[in-house]
Amino acid sequence: MANVAYQLGSSGYAANSAHSAPHAHPSWSPYDNNGGTCVAVAGNDYCIVAASTRLSTGFSILSRDVSMIFKLSDKLMILSPGFQADARTLHKVLQQRYIQYQFNHSRPMSVAACAQLLGNTLYYKRFFPYYTFNICAGLDEQGKGAVYSYDAIGSHERSGYAVQGSGKDLIQPVLDNQLKAASPLVLPPENWMSSLPLDQAVDLVKDAFVSAGERDIYTGDAVEIYIITKEGTRREVVELKKD
Amino acid sequence: MDKLDFSGLCSRPFSEKSSAHLEDLSAITSSVQDFPLPQVQDVDRFESEVMAYVKPNHGTTTLGFIFKHGVIIAVDSRASMGSYISSQTVKKVIEINPYLLGTMAGGAADCQFWQRNLGQQCRLYELNNGKRISVRAASKLLANVMFSYKGYGLSMGTMVAGYDPTGPGLYYVDSDGQRTKGQIFSVGSGSLYAYGVLDNGYKWDMEVEDAIELGRRSIYHATFRDAVSGGTVSVYHVTANGWKKVRGDDVGELHYEYYPAAEAHPCFGTDPLEAA
Repeated sequence: MANVAYQLGSSGYAANSAHSAPHAHPSWSPYDNNGGTCVAVAGNDYCIVAASTRLSTGFSILSRDVSMIFKLSDKLMILSPGFQADARTLHKVLQQRYIQYQFNHSRPMSVAACAQLLGNTLYYKRFFPYYTFNICAGLDEQGKGAVYSYDAIGSHERSGYAVQGSGKDLIQPVLDNQLKAASPLVLPPENWMSSLPLDQAVDLVKDAFVSAGERDIYTGDAVEIYIITKEGTRREVVELKKD
Repeated sequence: MDKLDFSGLCSRPFSEKSSAHLEDLSAITSSVQDFPLPQVQDVDRFESEVMAYVKPNHGTTTLGFIFKHGVIIAVDSRASMGSYISSQTVKKVIEINPYLLGTMAGGAADCQFWQRNLGQQCRLYELNNGKRISVRAASKLLANVMFSYKGYGLSMGTMVAGYDPTGPGLYYVDSDGQRTKGQIFSVGSGSLYAYGVLDNGYKWDMEVEDAIELGRRSIYHATFRDAVSGGTVSVYHVTANGWKKVRGDDVGELHYEYYPAAEAHPCFGTDPLEAA
């Protein structure tokens, strides 16, 4: 992380003047990057969600078994690589809003609704963002895989597959090569979902993580995979190299 | 940390009947106070550091013009974070309602959030007044929000286009709070290239097909010269009956449509040594 001098203290803004925070070290930063890679692949009748389990800071590995996948339900998950303190806070906010939604509407939240909620939640921290790069994945109301990817301040887009986190540069081109379909924007419309059979898609995701683990210092230890179908959700763990 | 204000997002509880006071919903017009600020002395500096971390999506070519048969809007679909292409399939035309379109240039999140917010405000206007909002009023709603956030570092260059009882409308609105009515606009990093083609080919009394083609060609040439524009070219046509998406073409295929023979391309040069 860059050495950024943030002077804590009451600022000129009325919204903040109620607090007077203690004086902080000049090199302190509110952000860190804990690394990690997340992948989600949507199919016609499945959704694959995977995340590495290593938690790092700089050149140190802090933990080898930390989940970046937040399960809102069996069919709806949020993946949040980036800064894990922000990710946990974000998950807590979303969990509360998810429960509130179910009380208000007497039905589970759809992936589309959750995707918009996540977008708004991220944008409401526009001026002090959550330093996380999320994917929202699950099965939509037709039972098709749905994957939404985000930037840190809430812009989002539905796609057939998504990669976020430190291994993005390594994995995204491979998935582009194997899964890329027509753009959803073309006219006349063409099918833009990946059409790989489930078992092949799972193998592709596993291979992608094994390869990323070879070249990305922040990806390793293990990869946690959820395979979501209308029959149910299955969890798998694939061990990666620990070095 | 100040508490997060989600009042603009809260759904109406079931007990409230549809007679719910519309002024309650005015919370949708989010105010500056809704967004928590970091507790730092130098907010400007913090914001610029944060932008370096989060690298929001950037880079675009968009254009819009009014002609005899309505309004044409054309956009590319690339988003980049620094030099990395983060998406080739961004929807840069935001469909505010069946008669209003917004285009997206600058920060993707800023455009997406505030044009959705504009859609909510326009719907409330319809419910309050029993008629559709004019393009002039809609663009001003957006410009007012942008002005209220002036200096906070939002990044948005947008065109609001549509059709109302006064005819076709096209306004440029940006995050500085500027709002300009006009006949021809192009916004984004590739706008200079698009203007070159657009100004050269524009005529007021063009046929619809020619206007669509002009919009598409202008964006194509911008994607060719501007590295951060690309993907697919989308073209919309707005008439008194509302907007309609009329084109969606992959740039990779357009290239071979415009230049079926490689040697026909202006970039194709003969080696002067070999020519001699």
